[in-house]
Amino acid sequence: MTLLSKAVPLPNQNVDTDQIIPARFLKATDRLGFGENLFRDWRYNSDLFPNKSFVLNNPDYSGKILVAGENFGCGSSREHAAWALFDYGFRVIVSSFFADIFKGNALNNGLLPITVPEDFLKKLLHTVTSYPDTLVTVNLVEQTLSYANDSITFDINPYSKTCLINGYDDIDFLVSKKEAIIAFEKNRAKEQSH
Amino acid sequence: MGKSLFEKVWDAHVVHTIENGPQILYIDKHLIHEVTSPQAFSEIEKRNLPLFRANQIVATADHNVPTQNQHLPIKEALSKKQVETLTDNCKKYGVTLYGLGHPYQGIVHVIGPELGITQPGMTIVCGDSHTSTHGAFGSIAFGIGTSQVAQVFASQCLLLDKPKKMRISVSGKLKNGVLPKDVILYIIAKLGTNAGTGFFVEFAGEVFEKMSMEGRMTVCNMSIEMGARGGIIAPDKTTFDYVKGKEFAPKGEELKAKIAYWKTLKSDADAVFDKEYQFDGADIAPMITYGTNPGMGIKITEKIPNLQDESFDKALVYMGLKKDTSLLGLPVNYVFIGSCTNSRIEDFRVAASFIKGRKKAANVNALIVPGSQQIAKRIKEEGIQAIFESAGFEIRQAGCSACLGMNEDKIPAGEYCVSTSNRNFEGRQGPGARTFLASPLVAAITAIEGKIVDVQQYLN
Repeated sequence: MTLLSKAVPLPNQNVDTDQIIPARFLKATDRLGFGENLFRDWRYNSDLFPNKSFVLNNPDYSGKILVAGENFGCGSSREHAAWALFDYGFRVIVSSFFADIFKGNALNNGLLPITVPEDFLKKLLHTVTSYPDTLVTVNLVEQTLSYANDSITFDINPYSKTCLINGYDDIDFLVSKKEAIIAFEKNRAKEQSH
Repeated sequence: MGKSLFEKVWDAHVVHTIENGPQILYIDKHLIHEVTSPQAFSEIEKRNLPLFRANQIVATADHNVPTQNQHLPIKEALSKKQVETLTDNCKKYGVTLYGLGHPYQGIVHVIGPELGITQPGMTIVCGDSHTSTHGAFGSIAFGIGTSQVAQVFASQCLLLDKPKKMRISVSGKLKNGVLPKDVILYIIAKLGTNAGTGFFVEFAGEVFEKMSMEGRMTVCNMSIEMGARGGIIAPDKTTFDYVKGKEFAPKGEELKAKIAYWKTLKSDADAVFDKEYQFDGADIAPMITYGTNPGMGIKITEKIPNLQDESFDKALVYMGLKKDTSLLGLPVNYVFIGSCTNSRIEDFRVAASFIKGRKKAANVNALIVPGSQQIAKRIKEEGIQAIFESAGFEIRQAGCSACLGMNEDKIPAGEYCVSTSNRNFEGRQGPGARTFLASPLVAAITAIEGKIVDVQQYLN
């Protein structure tokens, strides 16, 4: 449950899910291959040639960790955004703030969103931008993120942590509560008939 | 301590609470569409799970459908496959589908309310962030990801952390030419795109009390654009009158009993909110956005602010605009009136009342896309269609259309579009498209003038 990787800096704030995966690439009926079109309109110019100034096209930067500006994943609820990031190879996204729906979608797909304070994010962005070979360590069990001489502990709710570590998901859990759900339905029907 | 409206509805749906963890929330209605449901159907199929409550699901095709010649087979192969997959899945699992050609087909957040599927006090989810629309009825409604769509398929429940509570009150009266869209654009411009993250927002005060259901839907629709999971407005006589008589609404004695319950759905006087904001309705003016998120909005007569920020600069470069300048007089070649935010009958009425007897400017392509087949029918019956047509507007069939540029209705790269939709993100309306979000009235006036003008001066 420890990840050691270089990191890709994306300092833009308010990166919305339309940027992560534009709507015209949501036509698939399976979950595969979305990484190809991750950040499509930033990665490619209108002539379909790679935009050399975009970070994913810069050979200096690589890794399984994306370090992004504030309010990452805002906008549409499309889970395709999480699928695209995962399919491209990212396993951790670090930001100072995540949009709600994106955060849930990420956790449901084994993609760990780590929220860090604004000043920590600034320093991390600066370091990985200036020194692309910087290695970042994420330890889910200890809930720590460290690089160079800096380290921080991050929050994750115990339920999500257990699910990520053990590969459980909410469907298994909810289906196991079927009796309670049926009892709730019956009880409510009784209340409403009074 | 009293309870807020949100807490009353939430607490009535909690099946189970995990210690130090999320709660299991029961979902009354699940709306699905072609884009975010196929992988969820595959998921339950893979696990060999039945659909737990098929009769609480309603499906339609809206995001990825053409808005022309809907009676013909869809030309684009991937879109055709996606729509057919929805049809096949609904058939296989016994889900009610209002597909292309059905008189009830339309944008999922338009048809739910107009069919009476949406009712006060319910929990409603859909794999679409603008599910927040249904909160206008005093229900808890929010968008979910596809994994959660599968969870609701399997259990009619979701595992959720209870959001915090926010109340936004707007007092007083709105000025002439100020529409519900301006109210929500004003609020988001004041508070920012992430002010609501982690919260459920109750909209309260005189402005919302006097607002029509269509207006309340516009406001709640865009609560996600300030990061909030959803918006909610206490149901009142306006709500009950709207719901009454709708196809799937309760009737007779059942309706009476329901209304008695719905009347209890309001925040207690001593309810406490984690955050509260108050605004004066008289300060709100016709709004327009100038940047690439819905929080980048100004009164239409104001100048673009002069901020020192890299993301801000990047947005203005994308939009081809400069700091400290006014948008007034800027030529606009595209106008789009549609989307789950503003494609209801009231939106077209207000646009048509202004357009009547006028012609669109020669440079403008003006697209009218009704939110549903029923609205399309009503537009015709009320003579609104004739007004649009003689003004040179193009009227299409129901769907999400140019709001998200998923079908062929796209704005060309570099072009400006005054749009009644909800998002002005880069490329949202097509690669390189530049979106100005505004009310249907601002959109209509722009179409006639071919440029951005001071709406209030114009109306006087």
